[in-house]
Amino acid sequence: MAIAIDSGTASSIERRKISEKRSLGDRVFRRGVTAGALTSFVVMCFIAALLFFRGFEIFRAFGLDFVTTSTWDAADGTIENAKFGVAAMLVGSIVTAVIAMVVAFPFVVASALFLEFYASKKLKFILVSILDLMAAIPSIIYGLWGYLVLMPLAAGWAATINKYLGWIPIFGVEVENFDASPFVSGLVLALMILPIAMSVTREVYSRAPLDQIQAAYALGGSRWGAIRAVVLPFGRSGLVGGMLLGLGRALGETIAVLLTLNLVFEVKFQILASAGGSVASLIASRIGEATPLELKALMAAGLVLFVLTLLVNFGASSIVARAERRVQ
Amino acid sequence: METSQNKTSNPSLFTPGKMPAEMPIGTRSTSLDERMVNMSGLQTKGIHAWFGSHHVLEDISLDFPSNTVTGLIGPSGCGKSTFLRMLNRMHEFIPSASMAGEVFLDGEEIYAADVDVAAIRLQVGMVFQKPNPFPSMTIAENVLAGIKLANIKVKDKDSLLEECLTRAGLWKEVKDRLKLSGASLSGGQQQRLCIARALAVKPKVLLMDEPCSALDPGSTLKIEDTIHELSDTITVVIVTHNMQQAARVSDYCAFFLSDGHPGRIVEADRTDVVFTSPKDQRTADYVQGRFG
Repeated sequence: MAIAIDSGTASSIERRKISEKRSLGDRVFRRGVTAGALTSFVVMCFIAALLFFRGFEIFRAFGLDFVTTSTWDAADGTIENAKFGVAAMLVGSIVTAVIAMVVAFPFVVASALFLEFYASKKLKFILVSILDLMAAIPSIIYGLWGYLVLMPLAAGWAATINKYLGWIPIFGVEVENFDASPFVSGLVLALMILPIAMSVTREVYSRAPLDQIQAAYALGGSRWGAIRAVVLPFGRSGLVGGMLLGLGRALGETIAVLLTLNLVFEVKFQILASAGGSVASLIASRIGEATPLELKALMAAGLVLFVLTLLVNFGASSIVARAERRVQ
Repeated sequence: METSQNKTSNPSLFTPGKMPAEMPIGTRSTSLDERMVNMSGLQTKGIHAWFGSHHVLEDISLDFPSNTVTGLIGPSGCGKSTFLRMLNRMHEFIPSASMAGEVFLDGEEIYAADVDVAAIRLQVGMVFQKPNPFPSMTIAENVLAGIKLANIKVKDKDSLLEECLTRAGLWKEVKDRLKLSGASLSGGQQQRLCIARALAVKPKVLLMDEPCSALDPGSTLKIEDTIHELSDTITVVIVTHNMQQAARVSDYCAFFLSDGHPGRIVEADRTDVVFTSPKDQRTADYVQGRFG
């Protein structure tokens, strides 16, 4: 028989602590995985701390000017005469990354849909393997290919775009040199982010609820109709997450951009012109011959890039996580 | 065993001319005569189905006269749902699935090579076992999803919306929150929303695959009322495991059984006959709950 507990005494009852005795194996395993998980976090904090302390002098001397001005002059190596500002590089990084996103986006959606809903099993297997392989190609290879093969081609495309759409400010140029422009770099980056963005997107599309897809078919919908009514709305956040993961990679890409972009210390939005910026490539190009002071400035630039990519990746993973919650 | 199966393969069983007109049909209020039974509607001839090499349905020939309700009953795994999905060509979505035989809709073969499958599915709608409204759409958008998917031009969408929701018995409950997500409704309401969605494209036939199996008794009764009203204008084919439901809603019943072999029809007849004086002992055992 059930007995009702008097609520007056219930509040005075002390709640028990729940505990358990863990076996040795469990304790060892628990500490092992905890240590593994913390290591990556600690390493990341050390990197951030290193960049911050090495660059601290620069931040103290230039303050916000470091991210809002575009002069990069180590002068005689004294902080009084030197001027450091990464605005052009920062803007350039974002501009090239955005170009990469815009170019990659239709290919990401189309290839994810094709692989999930149109390709035969065999073709899907082959194409997925190739795309996974694309992700494994070292970025220097992309850079070389972009420099040797794509740049001459893309310069021609850029000239055509400039000829017909030059009246739009971002497609205008001051000098008709279309080599090593943010456009060319963006195209190379688009190829590099395609595999990761596509694989995340495809994964989410593949989990689109079958019962809803069938409902769309049963209503007389075509395959495209079912995709539009069910798969695209369902996969929207997965697509955004995948693209942002790609954006994170594009922002941090160094060598492929260094080979295909002409670094110029001036904030510009003319994407076809042979002048652009990239924080990562700036660091790579200067670090060899940097004075101790400039080295500090490069560390500070590194921190700016680190924070930017961290924010983008954090945004991406939270969006992907939200998509996955909805799947479950 | 052979004799009973041979009998049921005979399509004349469902021919209304052979039916005594004064006999009450099932437990339904209106007689078949009032609902203009004719031989248009849906017919199947010698349907077989396979999944890979597994033969799941054998020689199913049934007629579904216009504006009648037919219940497909039988134990789990006997192929009723497979058969139902063949009636609007949803069977072929399963990669290993294959079929033989013919399905006629108003005399046209729906598996013919030059048939537009989407057009068939517009005429033969479907309500699934699990309510599956589109969660990204509002209640109103859900109802009108079919006409949008099929690019059907409708002059007065509001009145179509009201008509379909009314016929599905949902209008009163949702008329003030048509802009809310379809996923915000209860399970029973979602299923009626799915019925309204299927009705919006004006199908001739509505296939229902255990539409009430996930619902509470109250919602089930509401959906049965809806089926009653629909059958004035639409041909309904319903798969159900609930014998009382089959008795309540259907004019005709077909009893499927696989019994280790491909699923076959043991008996198909008017519902009152199947329930009160079945010719086959297995039918009697099944409808009285002695197996299955």
